[in-house]
Amino acid sequence: MSPSWRLWGWPIVLALLTASGLVSALVSDHWGDVWSWIGLGVPVAVMAWYASGRAARKEPRPPR
Amino acid sequence: MPSARALRTWSWLHKWSSLVCTVFMLLLCLTGLPLIFHHEIGELAGTDVSAPAMPQGTPHVSLDRVLEAARAKYPDRIVQFVSLDEEDPNIWFVTLTPTPDPTDDFRSVAVDARTGQVLAQPRFDEGFMWVMFKLHVDLFAGLAGKLFLGLMGLLLLVAIVTGVVLYAPFMRKLAFGEVRTGRSRRIRWLDLHNLLGIVTLTWAFVVGATGMINTWADLLIKYWQNDQLTHILAPYQGQSIVPAAERASVQQSFAAALAHVPGSRLSFAAFPGTAFSSPHHTTFYLKGDSPLTSRLPRPVLVDARTAQVTAAPELPWYLTALLVSQPLHFGDYGGLPMKILWALLDIATIVVLGSGLYLWLKRRAPQPLPPEAGVAVAEGAR
Repeated sequence: MSPSWRLWGWPIVLALLTASGLVSALVSDHWGDVWSWIGLGVPVAVMAWYASGRAARKEPRPPR
Repeated sequence: MPSARALRTWSWLHKWSSLVCTVFMLLLCLTGLPLIFHHEIGELAGTDVSAPAMPQGTPHVSLDRVLEAARAKYPDRIVQFVSLDEEDPNIWFVTLTPTPDPTDDFRSVAVDARTGQVLAQPRFDEGFMWVMFKLHVDLFAGLAGKLFLGLMGLLLLVAIVTGVVLYAPFMRKLAFGEVRTGRSRRIRWLDLHNLLGIVTLTWAFVVGATGMINTWADLLIKYWQNDQLTHILAPYQGQSIVPAAERASVQQSFAAALAHVPGSRLSFAAFPGTAFSSPHHTTFYLKGDSPLTSRLPRPVLVDARTAQVTAAPELPWYLTALLVSQPLHFGDYGGLPMKILWALLDIATIVVLGSGLYLWLKRRAPQPLPPEAGVAVAEGAR
């Protein structure tokens, strides 16, 4: 994995998800709304997962 | 990798753009939180107006009778706006003020569209939600307050962009989402700041930018009147606001407007001389049925004297931008789940703002932050 992809991969994916969710509900009522819940919900879940520290416990980092 | 010099410049920009706006952004995030749920709060508090059940398709009385009923409650006021309830199109809301000028001194009368009876006189200009609303929109300082908050919004956008630039050197040696808990408390908050900041990035940028655009609403409407409406209004030059006694039936004007744009529904109507109309017209804002056209009402200017349609201009791009930016700021276009996500993202933004402030307060203890955080900078060029 290239260093810039390692650095920016997740942020780009989450930004695209958020943007698609913000737009979809604006242009379509039923499925657009459902997609917006996914598009905004996944970033919120990712935030909660990493901030809760559960991710850190799963993969301990080797000492530097 | 940025040079040490570039890092200092970006850090300076990030620090000062955010420091100046943080207090106001915290206020906006906190007051915005209840505003996301203003509809639900209104329902729970029982301040929402409801109309009695009647057989479906019970015919509506003339709009003129509705206005009469509302005016009878406040004989010393004039009608500025009238709109149909979003949920129940059997309820008219009539807004009355002392003069046609924009003001916070307004009264609302809810009238049953089928009977012409007054249902309620809800006060939207007092109580907890009104204070939240005013603090959020203009700090009780009118246009100056709005424009000031818009400027703070612009600083927030600068803080977000510079924050993204700084994300790279601060995260170069870390995995995504890594929060170093074994080090100092400051490092833990730095990692949380970076995590929440980069994840909320798009949402915060969109809500910040659309909020800033919303602060220009009054100016954009004024510009529209000077720009597009000027040639429409040329034949009326020199005439003052049409006196109430010389006005044609509002119901007849409404019917003319609806006939002009088939298949449309009323969003709201603005009376002569008010900010959303001309001195000579009652302007009906008619919306379509699709998710997008229901957000983009088309203004239909109906001559207040003759009840004839004068024009139905296409919305200029800047008003389209304004109208589209409203739902993107309010988060009210994707049901309750979207509102809950909006609130969670708002809370995450509060944590980003708070942790940023904390990191600034602790910037020197016990050593500057970048070396302790293991920031990656290019060797050489300083």
